[in-house]
Amino acid sequence: MRAIMASLFCGMLFGAGLAVSGMINPAKVLNFLDFAGTWDPTLALVMGGALIVTIPGYLLVRRLGEPLLGGTFHLPTRRDLDPRLIGGAILFGLGWGLAGFCPGPAFAALSTGHAMVVVFVVAMAVGMVAFHVLAERAIST
Amino acid sequence: MTEFTPVSGLIGGMMIGLAAVLFLLLSGRIAGVSGIAGGIVGGRAGEFGWRAAFVLGLIGGPLIAAAFSGVMATVTIQTSWPWLIVAGLLVGFGTRLGAGCTSGHGVCGLARGSRRSLAATILFFAVAVVTVFVTRHLLQGA
Repeated sequence: MRAIMASLFCGMLFGAGLAVSGMINPAKVLNFLDFAGTWDPTLALVMGGALIVTIPGYLLVRRLGEPLLGGTFHLPTRRDLDPRLIGGAILFGLGWGLAGFCPGPAFAALSTGHAMVVVFVVAMAVGMVAFHVLAERAIST
Repeated sequence: MTEFTPVSGLIGGMMIGLAAVLFLLLSGRIAGVSGIAGGIVGGRAGEFGWRAAFVLGLIGGPLIAAAFSGVMATVTIQTSWPWLIVAGLLVGFGTRLGAGCTSGHGVCGLARGSRRSLAATILFFAVAVVTVFVTRHLLQGA
């Protein structure tokens, strides 16, 4: 139960940060990506603001032996640049450039009740499920 | 046209960073939205609760921010719905295949000094910039 409450709280703070920073708005994200047109540099400051906190924060937290709510740290350990990482980043970049939505802001934008956000999130969920189904099939054959 | 908003951008970014640090401190996990949401369907049994709670929090967060500030964040969508569907499928599939998105690779991975995250972040930013250039400037004939 405590893990669920911690998740809910962190998700809320994350979502509030996306709203405050304006990144919930795909028009703002697309304008960041549009160097040749109506460039809006805000996204760089959002990324910078987040990294100012996460770089020292992660260093401090990782000195602890275990998370405060128990269990172990679940951190990725791979270091190789495999074709899946590269292919996934390319497909994601294409979709991100088309709509200006990445997963976090898309979920957060559902709060506005905008029907087009629902369209995007449903398609995104279908894409995630499709990956899961294909990955399962690849393992079983 | 959107306005450059450096102060709210920096404050909002720091809130996102704080959420990521607290999540690692409390639960020991990376605050990567595609991984958290993707695991709702493909994750281990017993993980549904915290994963769904994080996503619900993401949706609730902007409402709480609006309650404090008195202004609801604007969302302007310029993409037509068929392209939104294509984009959604690509974002959903691509982030799972590439094991991360702007939060997991971008914010959290870069902070950990992960070379996989650095490579993925450079690549998805570059592809997105080219995509916007093609759709806004080459195809629109602007």
